[in-house]
Amino acid sequence: MACIEARGLRKSFGTTMALDGVNLQIEEGRILGLIGPNGAGKTTALNAILGLTPYQGELRVLGRDPWTERDQLMRDVCFIADVAVLPRWIKVSQALDYVAGVHPRFDRAKAESFLAKTSIRQGNKVRELSKGMVTQLHVALIMAIDAKLLVLDEPTLGLDILYRKQFYDSLLNDYYDRSRTIVVATHQVDEIQNVLTDVMFIHRGRIVFTCSMEEFESRYLEVMVNPDQLVEARAHKPMHERQVIGRSILIFDLKPNHVDRQQLAALGEARTPSVADLFVAVLGNHLGPAQGVAL
Amino acid sequence: MNTQSNAVTSPPLESRPEAPEVISETQRLYWAVRRELWENRSIYLAPLAASAVFLLGFVVSTLHLPSRMRTSGQGGDYLREFMLQSCGFAALVLMGTMIIVAIFYCLDALHSERRDRSILFWKSLPVSDLTTVLSKALVAVVLLPLFVFAMTCALWFVMVSFSSVVLLVRGTSVATISSQLSIFQLLPPLLYHLLGIHGFWYAPVYGWLLLVSSWARRAPFLWATLPPLAIGVVEKIAFNTSYFAGMLSHVLSVGMDDRMQSKASGMSAILIPRLGVGQFLASPGLWVGLVVTAIFLAVAVRLRRSQGPI
Repeated sequence: MACIEARGLRKSFGTTMALDGVNLQIEEGRILGLIGPNGAGKTTALNAILGLTPYQGELRVLGRDPWTERDQLMRDVCFIADVAVLPRWIKVSQALDYVAGVHPRFDRAKAESFLAKTSIRQGNKVRELSKGMVTQLHVALIMAIDAKLLVLDEPTLGLDILYRKQFYDSLLNDYYDRSRTIVVATHQVDEIQNVLTDVMFIHRGRIVFTCSMEEFESRYLEVMVNPDQLVEARAHKPMHERQVIGRSILIFDLKPNHVDRQQLAALGEARTPSVADLFVAVLGNHLGPAQGVAL
Repeated sequence: MNTQSNAVTSPPLESRPEAPEVISETQRLYWAVRRELWENRSIYLAPLAASAVFLLGFVVSTLHLPSRMRTSGQGGDYLREFMLQSCGFAALVLMGTMIIVAIFYCLDALHSERRDRSILFWKSLPVSDLTTVLSKALVAVVLLPLFVFAMTCALWFVMVSFSSVVLLVRGTSVATISSQLSIFQLLPPLLYHLLGIHGFWYAPVYGWLLLVSSWARRAPFLWATLPPLAIGVVEKIAFNTSYFAGMLSHVLSVGMDDRMQSKASGMSAILIPRLGVGQFLASPGLWVGLVVTAIFLAVAVRLRRSQGPI
């Protein structure tokens, strides 16, 4: 069974189409990165999946309609919608009590052992914690819940690199067990590249690209071309070209070109492109060269 | 447009046992109420503070009690009247505190969680909007009056004990002192007043405040008070009638007309039931009010469902 299935998902705010006919299918056990520029519809898509906003079109999450069956759905779904949304007045011990009181799948011992590794004490109030510590607390609470689907919307925004690294490490090591599905929407693409099993680009309310990471690695190639071989390289129809300190970097899509990987690699230094670079390449094609994309 | 073709076929590493533990809606409601008490400590701190301030005044006044009893020349009657006045005033102070606390609690209840964005955390847990809104209404309509009743009992007990000690030390006879115990006969009518009138009769007011709190993006106090005022003014100007204002004052004055109200005045009036319990339960006003409350709360539930942080 697909964990999330959407067909013709639409949502508009006034005249703006936040979601313009989104089709997607996410299988169980995947870690999907949902990547898009600001205002692309990431948060709206996640809110629809979490039953936080009504929508048009067809959407099933774990076989349920998230808007009408939200109460049942939330027993199997968990999310961190934003950094630092824990109420400032709550004590760490109260947060543990509350979640244990209302969630049948919460493992309090697991949350406590996670917290024991941090400098957070049970008597602390959230307002006494730093932003990074609030996220650690939130993660400790959420990761101790045995949910089938975890949705993370910019879970590390505004955190320093140490906390971000820690966050994704614990996500992989302590949480992910291949039967859970995780959807992450973020700007900080490169940091999660090696965490993901799938990647999806969203732009102007549409899914413009979707690919598994295995396919990503075999299909796309980035070559820093030797200056004397540039003309030859361009003949192979790169999907994107950019200049970095005087050298041209070309990204190739190997599938439609039927070009040999070895042949391209001989033109310069070849490697798998970063998700961010591919994102720029894909969106650049969508927008035309005049319009830049800020990640 | 899908990831199906890329699905990893490896089975789950371990088949997790389905958590068999079921949490009933009552338990969730219990925790939702606990959350309210953690978040809004003014619910009990304000009445406690009011009691402390009142007690301070009472202690000073009681120190002069023996001499005033002597000059009045009618020991027992004076004492009974003094305690009736004092205890009535104590109940009134706590009641006033309760009304203020309840109004601000309700206006804040569904607004502050959107303001501080914590609604995103609460909504990530399996507690329905209905349970959340009900827990807030329950606090205002039932728990707060019950707590204020308990507080009043305790306060009266402390007051009677203190005055007894002062009078005993000054050598007043035990028979005279015990005359003040009659004050405790007023506890049942006080409970009826707090729960019946301040709880259930005023429930539509709390329902309205909760509704506004779940709807307003800012200044819920103004949104709660100005529109009813505006309706009254427009009605007066347009039709020169005041049905709306009349209805509001009917609700706020507990269905009493002026004639009946004037009969019971003075400090202890509040403690004399205006309606018998049976009469109260049979009054259509109560039941219409509760239906209106249910409608207000249902709208608040719907609003909370689609509202995000502000």
